[in-house]
Amino acid sequence: MAETGDFRRDFPLLRQEMNGRPIVYLDNGATTQKPESMIRAMCGYYGGCNANPHRGAYALSVEATGIYEAARERVRRFIGAGEAREIIFTKNATEALNLVAYSYGLTNLGAGDEIVLTIAEHHSNLVPWQRVARARGATLKYIYLEPDGNLSERDIAEKITKKTKLVAVTHVSNVLGLVNPVRRVADRAHEAGAVVVVDGSQSVPHMAVDVKALGADFFAFSGHKLLAPMGIGVLYGRAALLEAMPPFLSGGDMIEYVEEQDTTYAELPAKFEAGTQNVGGAAGLTAAIDYLEAMTFDRVRAIEADLLSYALPRLRALPWIKLYGCDSTRDNKTGIITFNVRDVHPHDVSTILDSEGVAIRAGHHCAQPLMKYLGQAATCRVSFYFYNTRQDVDRWLDALEKVREVMRLGHS
Amino acid sequence: MDIHENRASTPAMEDIYTELIAEESRSMEHRRHLSVPTAVLKGRNPSCGDEITLELALKDGVVADASFTGVGCAISQASTSLMIGLIRGETEEKARRLAATFLAMIKGDVSADDPALEELGDAAALQGVSHLPARVKCAVLPWHTLAEALERKG
Repeated sequence: MAETGDFRRDFPLLRQEMNGRPIVYLDNGATTQKPESMIRAMCGYYGGCNANPHRGAYALSVEATGIYEAARERVRRFIGAGEAREIIFTKNATEALNLVAYSYGLTNLGAGDEIVLTIAEHHSNLVPWQRVARARGATLKYIYLEPDGNLSERDIAEKITKKTKLVAVTHVSNVLGLVNPVRRVADRAHEAGAVVVVDGSQSVPHMAVDVKALGADFFAFSGHKLLAPMGIGVLYGRAALLEAMPPFLSGGDMIEYVEEQDTTYAELPAKFEAGTQNVGGAAGLTAAIDYLEAMTFDRVRAIEADLLSYALPRLRALPWIKLYGCDSTRDNKTGIITFNVRDVHPHDVSTILDSEGVAIRAGHHCAQPLMKYLGQAATCRVSFYFYNTRQDVDRWLDALEKVREVMRLGHS
Repeated sequence: MDIHENRASTPAMEDIYTELIAEESRSMEHRRHLSVPTAVLKGRNPSCGDEITLELALKDGVVADASFTGVGCAISQASTSLMIGLIRGETEEKARRLAATFLAMIKGDVSADDPALEELGDAAALQGVSHLPARVKCAVLPWHTLAEALERKG
């Protein structure tokens, strides 16, 4: 059994009660709770040195610029990028992926080109590519799954061809919770001359990531899924690619000279950061990364693995529970458990669990093509983080018994 | 200043998923196709996957027959089944009035002892959903679909 450090103490929201009991928060794949140190960092920025960065030649603006650029360097080290200018701040992973689609995709793809995606992509790494394909006359092809939920090796080998110009792959599926062989996909893509866009939303909060070791040309994630505030996200892009790309949004801050009829653009990273940026969010992101690195990903993974090995056998013992993505033949399962309760719709499960103070996700998880592939209209999803405990799992499983009871389905 | 100060407490599940609702959600009584429907309309909640198709046989201003097919949560399916049972054989005018009463009930505009609720019969059992903001859309789906079907036809 892994350590059960009382991390909840660091999280103001988790110190609250819901209906007189501690909150059991099991929707970390959607967003994580926020540690006091991160909240303090944001308050410190707004209460201490708020000013518009990169503009005023006065002390506060210089300080705000320093905080913002320090965050960029912090992120660079965190994900193993070569240079700070390869880190572009965005609103979230969705905006980061749209930046790549609109700037790189619309410029570099044409009729007859192919975009290869996995069927397990979140809509944020799928819908933008549909729009690019439609606008440019390109074709979408999908890598499907082995019976155990992993990407089909055969599809990786066969779908990526000389026609492939871009491969979009999620590092970890937000439904199945399986780590994809991104390096293998990237090697295959690079052999074929394609670029690789990786959605790291579900990996970066849970494991040490090195974008170069992964072979990612572009890599996107959201701050709010790793303890940071909503509204700050990251796009990593290889400098050579970013330099050749046209701006996505345009306006203030991303220019050098603006004439009546023409404009020259700023260098990286400013070229892709139009308008006043989220400096408070960047300050929060720095504090969130500090918190995570201080606790180490080894501990994060050990705690999540313990919760998985505690929960899965008990779930398997319940004949009325169906699990998805929990039988991987590889050692690549993260702390996401997707399931259904027989004869009960996921939204009813979620409402009844909520009445017991247990928060989970129910629905299509922004992955409708995957749900269709799995033959499910909707599922329930539990996603752990390091502040969850075996007691949380107990409360969740007790609440599942209550679901059967409330729906008058007995205990068969 | 805590923004969660006014957080409503969760209603008791036994008041939401009453025996009637649980049974009705699984009932097959009104799940069928009409031989000659005059109006067929689909209602969907894309965010949760509730999907129903209403079939109505309207004749001389009367809902001569009605049925539905669909998939979704217990609240949407029970609400649809109860609605079909309620409107079959009633005038279109009354069906519209029932829809307005039901929607007002779920919005919380009608108190529990309002005599207007009597007309809703068993469907009044869904009143508890008005305290579950995340599930309101499930309860109202069939009634909005009905209102739209009658509107289109009219």
